[in-house]
Amino acid sequence: MNFNTLLRHFREGTKNVFRNGWMSIASIMSIVVSLSLLGVALLLVLNLDRAADEVDKQIEISVYLNLEIDQAGRDTVEQEIRSMPEVEEVSFVSKEEGLETMRETLGDAMVKGYEETGTNPLPDMFKVQVIEATTVPFVADKISALNGADPNGPIYEVDYGKGTAERLFQWTQTIRVVGVVLVLALGVMAMFLIANTIKITIIARRREIAIMKLVGATNRFIRWPFFIEGVLIGMTGSAITLGILLYGYFRIELAASGWTSALFTLIPLSEVSLWFSILILGLGFLIGAWGSTISIRKFLKV
Amino acid sequence: MCGGRKNTWLQNQKPGSDTVIDMQDVWKTYPNGTHALKGVTVQIDRSEFVYVVGPSGAGKSTFMKLMYREEVPTKGQISVNGFNLGKLKQRNIPLLRRNIGVIFQDYRLLPKLTAYENVAFAMEVIEAPRKLMKKRVMEVLDLVGLKNKANREPQHLSGGEQQRVAIARAIVNNPSVIVADEPTGNLDPETSWGIMQLLDEINFRGTTIVMATHNKEIVNTMRKRVLAIEDGQVVRDQLRGEYGYEF
Repeated sequence: MNFNTLLRHFREGTKNVFRNGWMSIASIMSIVVSLSLLGVALLLVLNLDRAADEVDKQIEISVYLNLEIDQAGRDTVEQEIRSMPEVEEVSFVSKEEGLETMRETLGDAMVKGYEETGTNPLPDMFKVQVIEATTVPFVADKISALNGADPNGPIYEVDYGKGTAERLFQWTQTIRVVGVVLVLALGVMAMFLIANTIKITIIARRREIAIMKLVGATNRFIRWPFFIEGVLIGMTGSAITLGILLYGYFRIELAASGWTSALFTLIPLSEVSLWFSILILGLGFLIGAWGSTISIRKFLKV
Repeated sequence: MCGGRKNTWLQNQKPGSDTVIDMQDVWKTYPNGTHALKGVTVQIDRSEFVYVVGPSGAGKSTFMKLMYREEVPTKGQISVNGFNLGKLKQRNIPLLRRNIGVIFQDYRLLPKLTAYENVAFAMEVIEAPRKLMKKRVMEVLDLVGLKNKANREPQHLSGGEQQRVAIARAIVNNPSVIVADEPTGNLDPETSWGIMQLLDEINFRGTTIVMATHNKEIVNTMRKRVLAIEDGQVVRDQLRGEYGYEF
């Protein structure tokens, strides 16, 4: 194939988009609709997943130590907790720090009495964070077991919000599963929608392809303009989708900046925009290329 | 105008043999069991004009399709313009078709392309230089009398005009053979005569023409070689023959 012919294919492919005006618009629309649904679902799921992660991270295990424990006993317990593979971080909170935290959260009035009498009823404690939030109950049990059979062991109590934490895990897990199912279902739907559009174009084109073959065109000669036409339509569709979604996300982020809490924050646009653009444009390219390829393959054997 | 420059890519005719189409004991049976051709042996020489006549369903269309390799024979040998169709590989079929101009009853133009673009398509396929293409396409459009309608799309042309575009497309690459399957089948008598004059002129310039027809008046007036096919066999082969049927 010489350079002129390649130019010709690009020219013809571009012209074909306009020659088949309504068909091109219909194809672009179906790509926009499919990719938009998919994109919205994806952004939603990513944000929910992020929120679920945040929630999970806030679950930690509080290990209250016996009041009479000495420095050596404390170190042993810390050592043993640290050696567990599920554990990410262990931090020590002394009874004095505990009281300080109490003052911050509950107010001066609550701790005033203790300060006046110089007593501190709070025990020393470890705060334990795990790598995988779902292992919390398991790790908590393991820490309790450090006491062994000794009723006066070094650990007084292990607490992680039993019940509440399990319910929360169930919630975040459900959200993740629903999200993945949603994205997959929409992906399949998008494929069907686009395949259907392609099927309609095939019927319109089969006669044209047969004529081209009668005039002596090779398969490659016929395929090129179709390929370029398909890619142009796919890229146009995905560019429109991207414009809509990024602008929409930008507006939502703007509106949400007023009321987001520490618990739930949107993933910032700047963090998603690059790979999201690449993903959507890439999908557009693939849909166009794949669509045009399968739509003519059948009819090249004339 | 181009100073006697020779365009070698336009010269498709192979020197040597004078036989352009050679069929030896050709049989064609379709998968549904229909025996369309039963042992056809025909030779057609360079520059001949041949009518193929016969009742509907006698095998005329199959006979035509075999020449440009739209159908393959079940048995027998076919050679067209030096190509042995029995041994022709799938990827070389386009090369054969560039040596044959095909014309149909229903014109078969590309719907969204102008008359010019339809004719030019056949030249793009053989990767002709663009400069030459413009000149040559306008030349053949002029020959078929459509120079001033070059920018019209098929739906804005009459039936006769569409068939002229199809003829222009068929001859633009100087094929050695034109296969025309009832080219006047959809046209009124007057328009049909215009088309026949055009084909006669193309034949006069040296192109072999094989034309299937039901038009008794044309065959009886123009007096060329006539092949009559009935029930899958050649039952008559006359030089300067007649139509020979009453319908």
